[in-house]
Amino acid sequence: MQITLKFYLIELSKYLIAFTMLLYTGLALICNFSKDKKAVSICCSLQSGVLLVLMFLCFLDLTFVSGKEEYLYLFAFITLFLFFMITIVTIIYDNVDRVLLNNMCLLSGLGLCIVSRLSFAKSFRQYIITLVSFAICLAIPFIIDRFRFFRKLLWVYAGVGIVALLLVLVNSAKVHGAHITYSIKGFTFQPSEIVKILFLFFIAALLYKYNDFKWIIVSAILSGCFVIILVLSRDLGSALIFFVAYFMILVMSTHNYWYLLTGLVGGALASIVAYNLFDHVKVRVVAFLDPWTYIDDQAYQITQSLFAISSGGWFGRGLMQGRPWDIPYVDQDLIIAAICEEFGLIFAICVLIICLCCFYRMMMISSRCSDKFYQIVVYGIGVMYIFQVFLTVGGGIKFIPLTGVTLPFLSYGGSSVLSTYIMFFIVQGIYIKSLKYEKLLDEKNKKPDTKVY
Amino acid sequence: MFLINITLVIFCVLFLCMFLYLGIFVSTSTVELFDNNYNNRQELQESNVLRGTIYASGGEVLAESRIDENGVERRYYPYGTAFAHIVGYSVNGRMGIEDYANYYLMHSGATLSERVENDLENVKDPGYNVMSTLDATLQQVADESLGMYNGAVIVTEAKTGRVLAMVSHPNFNPGSIKEDWEAITSDPNGSQLLNRATQGLYPPGSTFKIITALEYYRENPTDWDEYEYTCNGSITHDDYRISCIYGTVHYDLDLESSFARSCNSSFVNIGLSLDLDKWSDTMDSLYFNRRLPTNLLANYGRAYVGPQSTDYDIMQTSIGQGKTTITPLHLNMITQAIANGGEMLRPYVIDRIVDENGKVILAYTPQSAGMVMSHNESVFLTDLMTAVCEYGTARVLLNDNYTVAGKTGTAEFANDINESHAWFTCFAPVDDPEICVTVIIEKAGTGVEYAVPLAKRILDVYFDV
Repeated sequence: MQITLKFYLIELSKYLIAFTMLLYTGLALICNFSKDKKAVSICCSLQSGVLLVLMFLCFLDLTFVSGKEEYLYLFAFITLFLFFMITIVTIIYDNVDRVLLNNMCLLSGLGLCIVSRLSFAKSFRQYIITLVSFAICLAIPFIIDRFRFFRKLLWVYAGVGIVALLLVLVNSAKVHGAHITYSIKGFTFQPSEIVKILFLFFIAALLYKYNDFKWIIVSAILSGCFVIILVLSRDLGSALIFFVAYFMILVMSTHNYWYLLTGLVGGALASIVAYNLFDHVKVRVVAFLDPWTYIDDQAYQITQSLFAISSGGWFGRGLMQGRPWDIPYVDQDLIIAAICEEFGLIFAICVLIICLCCFYRMMMISSRCSDKFYQIVVYGIGVMYIFQVFLTVGGGIKFIPLTGVTLPFLSYGGSSVLSTYIMFFIVQGIYIKSLKYEKLLDEKNKKPDTKVY
Repeated sequence: MFLINITLVIFCVLFLCMFLYLGIFVSTSTVELFDNNYNNRQELQESNVLRGTIYASGGEVLAESRIDENGVERRYYPYGTAFAHIVGYSVNGRMGIEDYANYYLMHSGATLSERVENDLENVKDPGYNVMSTLDATLQQVADESLGMYNGAVIVTEAKTGRVLAMVSHPNFNPGSIKEDWEAITSDPNGSQLLNRATQGLYPPGSTFKIITALEYYRENPTDWDEYEYTCNGSITHDDYRISCIYGTVHYDLDLESSFARSCNSSFVNIGLSLDLDKWSDTMDSLYFNRRLPTNLLANYGRAYVGPQSTDYDIMQTSIGQGKTTITPLHLNMITQAIANGGEMLRPYVIDRIVDENGKVILAYTPQSAGMVMSHNESVFLTDLMTAVCEYGTARVLLNDNYTVAGKTGTAEFANDINESHAWFTCFAPVDDPEICVTVIIEKAGTGVEYAVPLAKRILDVYFDV
């Protein structure tokens, strides 16, 4: 009897999970594009409900298939965590962007769920890190609201960022061929994740104030330092993210399209030089162009990823029914392949649409910022976030060469979770602040029609 | 903010492209990637699915998985070695239909409730079954007739491209391939695993005169029947001498009798008169020097004439010697195209995939590989090949029950004529062709003596004589 039930559950939950995810994505799209304030508010509440149902389905499935009751505890934890995250944040900050908050909860919850599925033992750490990150980030909007000194620390950002990256390069543990982590007493950090934020603040602090050519050259040289250190550390993905973010911010803040052209030409030249100079770049390109020839060597990771994706099909094999561990470093670099295999393509595309929704939201927040410093910061966070998603997903599906960066919120890895949380809460803080500023303006001008997103 | 909107659009477009790519990838690559040896997901399927059965077109079981008395799952091949290469094996790698249909054999069409039932009874879900195009009787006759000789036999349907029989010797026993693996792979002369029918490259010998004759017809469409030649047993050109087989003198010949009697001297004479560029085009159009249009694992033949060819090369190529090579399957496809009015069909061995209730999951239909010659050209070649079987080298085939059009060949690769490979390729009946038979027997001597009688046995069985 029990076996029968299990069979139906596995099969049914597969479709139910995909359907629930579709429902959530639909609601997310309505929230993003509807102008009706009331509808958005209703959709947001519905979303929170759907989100919990989705978590319930995933963990129920996991518990039944694995027979491990421990998954139920994890489910209880996640439910409580997400519930608190939504309520506490909305209580403390009543102007918080609910849509972005919901999407963040979904991605974070899903990330915990997938990491739990991949490795029960490893997931414990991920839960702790997520909790700690959330606790830290809860203060961020408050700090942004109270203090204005962030924009003055230009040289601190640049100095600390570059030194941190240099320290890693010189004094680092080599993790699959790349010098990207730094270990102290059993804790492993990946500084480039945190330095991303420092870098953004540095660029914003410089560009909001100075617009002349001399200072742009200075910014270019310093950004170049970041990128070159990252390339030398073999952290190609992060180097690319920094590079792209820098040029997009530059164009956005100066309105000078020539920089875009410079960026494209410079990027192309740099790629050619890097390809000829560094073997690890060459390997990635070779594995991308002709994976089937180098299947047992350079292209092993990408081909295993493709096997996983193709075996999943549209609805996936169902949780615990695939072989994600055939893919090397699946929990960090290629989590998208694990999602495709067990949850299916429809689900995976929904996840990516949610990522795009977050990005859309950030761009909207950036465009209504009246403070240029904050505008640049939010824009930079959005670009970095979505470009990182593009790099890791595109790499995992052989759309572009594989670079090995994490999928924010979903991949295993403490630094990644922490930095993504910080980035999202910075955006929230800036959103809250700009709403407050608008209200003040409105009261001054006695204009009753407050626009609310 | 115009620039922010641009940024939005750029990333949305990038992601849309990615979604499209993913969708296409997932809907097109599943079968192909499943079969990759590096994909360990096959083990997942093996633990849930009992490999499906392969049937002959008459319903005979060619390969099936059963649980033996010790509870061990084994693959059984009721016909032993007879279907060795074409049905193939599925342990220590894969070959033949076991390979081509691997994805379906390893996937089940069982409904959810059936799967629950199977799980309760502790049996695996049955995989899809394969209905092949193979004819068990013809295959056995071909296998027995080839006997102790090395070589290959292919029988296909003239108007569909369905493979009715495909034999390659030496062969192996697919049922005990795991146990025999060491012996087979360590044998220095062993090539049991090579499917000679599709992969064996042989000099085509006189069967290549089909192509030489076709090219002569193409260059002389109106006055080809005015061709005249007097054979005195050999031809000498630029100090090179090529003789007719056994030094036979054929005396006065026209094109048809040159072909029917397979006169080397006359065909060397024809070859030397041909336009090399056009001849080269004709070879290419018949799929020489490029991938054969089939899903079967096959090699392709090579044939070259051009600016680099010496006169001796051209003389050799005219009669299918020298560097010219062909696989039996390739020659069979050319024969099939002649029989089918010029249209070559892709040869295939899987007729349909069915689930355990017989419901068709996937049906294969005949597919064209293009008109490789015009209808007139096919009629011309049919006439020449009919002459071969009426008064030429294969006249033993003249009988009251069916008509045959064919071409014999003797592929010389050593000085001793008795060490030659014997070729014969034909189709029957001439007026309304049904089957094409291609035979090669290694080191047997001339095609006339060995290959023609073998083909006759197959034709006799097919036409119930």
